[in-house]
This record gives sequence, structure tokens and C-alpha cells, in this order.
Amino acid sequence: MQTDLLINGASYTLEADPRTSLLDALRHHLGLTGTKKGCDHGQCGACTVIVNGRRINACLTLACMHDGDAITTIEGIGAPGALSVLQAAFVERDGFQCGYCTPGQICSATAMLDEIRDGWPSAATADLDGAPELSDEEISERMSGNLCRCACYPNIVDAIRDAAAEVAR
Amino acid sequence: MKPFDYTRAAGRAQATAAAAGGAVYIAGGTNLLDLMKLEVMAPDRLVDINRLDFDGIEPVEGGGLRIGALVRNSDLAAEPAVRRDWPLLSRALLAGASGQLRNKATTGGNLLQRTRCYYFYDTATPCNKRDPGAGCAAIGGFNRIHAILGASEACIATHPSDMAVALRALDAAVELEGPGGARRTVPLADFYRLPGDTPQRETVLEAGELITAVTLPPPVGGRQLYRKVRDRSSYAFALVSVAAAVTMAEGRIVRAALAFGGLAPMPWRDTAVEAALTGESPSAALFEAAADLLLADARGRGGNDFKLPLAGRTLAAVLAEATGSGTGDAP
Repeated sequence: MQTDLLINGASYTLEADPRTSLLDALRHHLGLTGTKKGCDHGQCGACTVIVNGRRINACLTLACMHDGDAITTIEGIGAPGALSVLQAAFVERDGFQCGYCTPGQICSATAMLDEIRDGWPSAATADLDGAPELSDEEISERMSGNLCRCACYPNIVDAIRDAAAEVAR
Repeated sequence: MKPFDYTRAAGRAQATAAAAGGAVYIAGGTNLLDLMKLEVMAPDRLVDINRLDFDGIEPVEGGGLRIGALVRNSDLAAEPAVRRDWPLLSRALLAGASGQLRNKATTGGNLLQRTRCYYFYDTATPCNKRDPGAGCAAIGGFNRIHAILGASEACIATHPSDMAVALRALDAAVELEGPGGARRTVPLADFYRLPGDTPQRETVLEAGELITAVTLPPPVGGRQLYRKVRDRSSYAFALVSVAAAVTMAEGRIVRAALAFGGLAPMPWRDTAVEAALTGESPSAALFEAAADLLLADARGRGGNDFKLPLAGRTLAAVLAEATGSGTGDAP
């Protein structure tokens, strides 16, 4: 079936079996291989993309459910020589070893910082009525849907904290 | 994944008619697609309800709240009215899943998510829920995460939702619309079925019925806590969880609403426990008596025996914190 997608500002028309996940559509049908397939069951977060401003697992949704949606993948966030603030912070802080989970980490963290800005609470937020602060505990909790089997978690938290401070400046 | 026909519903009538004809609803899809990939579920037809109009949160007369079934878990948790007046619900939602999943998962879908019993997921093993009459591999198998209350000889799976536990403590109700437009409202207390001999039937939903909203009665106030004990501190299902809304006056408990996750095939509530607490002054002995009442009919299956003391201690810790009579640390 036919699905129209707006990906990183460009229009794509997908012709694919309804079974096609958004992840497989990106990687196999549209050639956007920056988004990674880890577990394919929503447990690892490697496939995280931003749909209509929200981070989701691209493996756990059908491409055909997203007709007309605006999608941002890692290709739309930065490029060599034009890194986003978060990408630069991951490089500076060594927020990866093998790098396989990194596109998902970057997409997830990009949208997560918007969630903080919008005042969304998390399980680490002490006061539901107050504005959440970007403590290390908050970053870890909010990023728990992105696994890093190289266990670069401390450096990922450092990178996100740096990027948030840089953006706030 | 097995092939299926996909339809995007333009209206409720189209959706319920498709479902009455055998189609399965898909909203967030985070649980359904996971199960379809493993062919634990293999519907021939999906009807996508994401573009239907019940995606709002609105106050209802008398001070309650109507939550559209398509409201995403993240939006519901962040809703100012919920954070202020039903904080238990925000806390439970935020204790579940990950940021990505909460952005997709819906209120209706969360209620209907399936158990995470390993044997339900593993199509190479017998499971009465997946394949009625096949047997239960969890009984006598690895059953660390399984039920100690409300289970049967056919099934000892637990219900995995955190949100539903909070809704149970908050006396929520579920609004349904059936084929032909027939509407009814079912208290969440009557929505789930215990497994008995038919663990494949988990709710009282009839063929084609669609959840359109969840309603909350007016705020009950008091101290509201959701305590979740799990194998890691984030992004894991509950081994035991306790939702509590407790009101104190003059040193006594005047109202206690308690619901439990991780213990049973449905969000568990025991009014005898609440009655035993009401009117009493908080004390360690009282909390122990409440735990004994809760667990009077509990039964471990080996791997999950630890849930009996864990449930009792978690309840005591939550009651200590909610009544202001202790630190809330487990005794």
C-alpha cells in the first residue's frame, strides 16, 4: 500500500506491504540506514526516531500508520562538518564505543530535552507540580529506553548535560 | 509476521463494524506489533483507530475527568490536572515503560496489554492463554514473575500494567462503544476477568467493543503514592507494586484506597484490607495485619514465593510513608 512520509523535510512515497515497520521502511525501502535495528522489539531504543516532534521506537510501529507524518531521523539532525550540539557533545565526551546505539541515543536525547523544556515530569521528578531540573538522575531515568551494551552511560549522561547547558547559553 | 489487511478507520462506526467482522484494533501498537512479530498474535485484519476523535482530556460534571482512550501515556502523565488532582495516576504512568513507549502507548491500549509471561511469548511452549487447552508451562517452570493471588491451575500470569493499578485505586470506569453504536460504562473493578478455566478471556469486552474513554471520579485527595519494586530501577515490569491514596485525620486513617500490581492476573484490590485500616491509628502492627489480610489466600509456585514477603513489606512501607508514620523504607 502507498504511504506518504515527510522525512527530514523531504517528501517520500512508500509502496510497501502493510507489515513493513517504520524502521524497515526507512532502512530497506528509503535508504536511510542511519536509524539502527537492535532488538526489533522496542527494548533497546537503537531505532528511535522523532515523529511529529515525539521520540518513538520505529520498530514498533507500522509505516502505513504514519501517512502524512513528519519524521526526523539521525540524517536530519546533523551531518559530518555540521554536527548538532548534542552530536558534538557526544564526540567531546566519548559518549560511545562501537557507536551502534548512538543514532538512537541522539534522536532520543534531542526529543527528551524538548520534553524537559515542556515541563514533562519523569519518575525521577520529586515534585510533580514543579519544573523538572536536568539532574544526572533525571537524564538517566529519561534515557532508560536507550541501551548501550558498551555501557558508555556515564559519558552519555555527561554529553547530554553539556549539550543542555550549551543550548541554554 | 503473518500477512494482514490494514484499514484506517475514518469513524467509530466503521471501526466497530470492522472489529465485529474479526478485525483487531491497533492504536499505539507497541504491544500488539511485538506479539505479531513473534506470531503470538496473528490477526488477519487490523483496523487503525489512531485518527479517531477520542484523544482529549476533559473535565466532567461533578469534578471528575474523562480521558480519551487515544490519549498517549506521556500526555496523560504530564497533564496538569492529573498531576495536581490524581498524582497517583501520573506516578504510575511514569513508572512504566520508556519515554519512547509512553509517547506511543494509549490509555485504552495500556488497559488491554497482554501479560509478559515468558511462556505466553514463547510459541514453542504450551500456554493456555495463547492456545487454550495446551497446558501451562509456567506452573512447574520458571515462575519468578508470576501471580500469587487470583491465579488458577490453567494460568498464573500477571497483568503487566502500572497505569491500570493506579486507575483501580482511583475507582476509574471504562467507556465502551460496540457495533451499532451501543454504549456502556464498566467500572474498572468489573472490567477484568480472573483466568479460571478460560485464561484467554481477560476482560468483559464483547466482540467489536471499543474502549473510547476512561473516566475518573472527583479527586479523593490524601497522600497518593505509587511504589514499584522491580529488578532494575527503570524500564522494567513490576515484581510488586502498590498504589495508595490515604487520607488521615486526627492521627487516624479515615480513608485508604489500595491497589496492587505484579501479584495477580488483574490490578488487585482487596476491600477487606482497606476496611481493616480505616479508623485506625497507624502502627507497624496494623500494617502487618493488613499485609496478612491481603495475603491470606496467596500462594507461591516456587520461583515467586519471594513475592509474599515482598508484597507485605512493600505494603507496610507504603502505608508508613502515606500515613506519615515512618520513613517509608521497607522494614
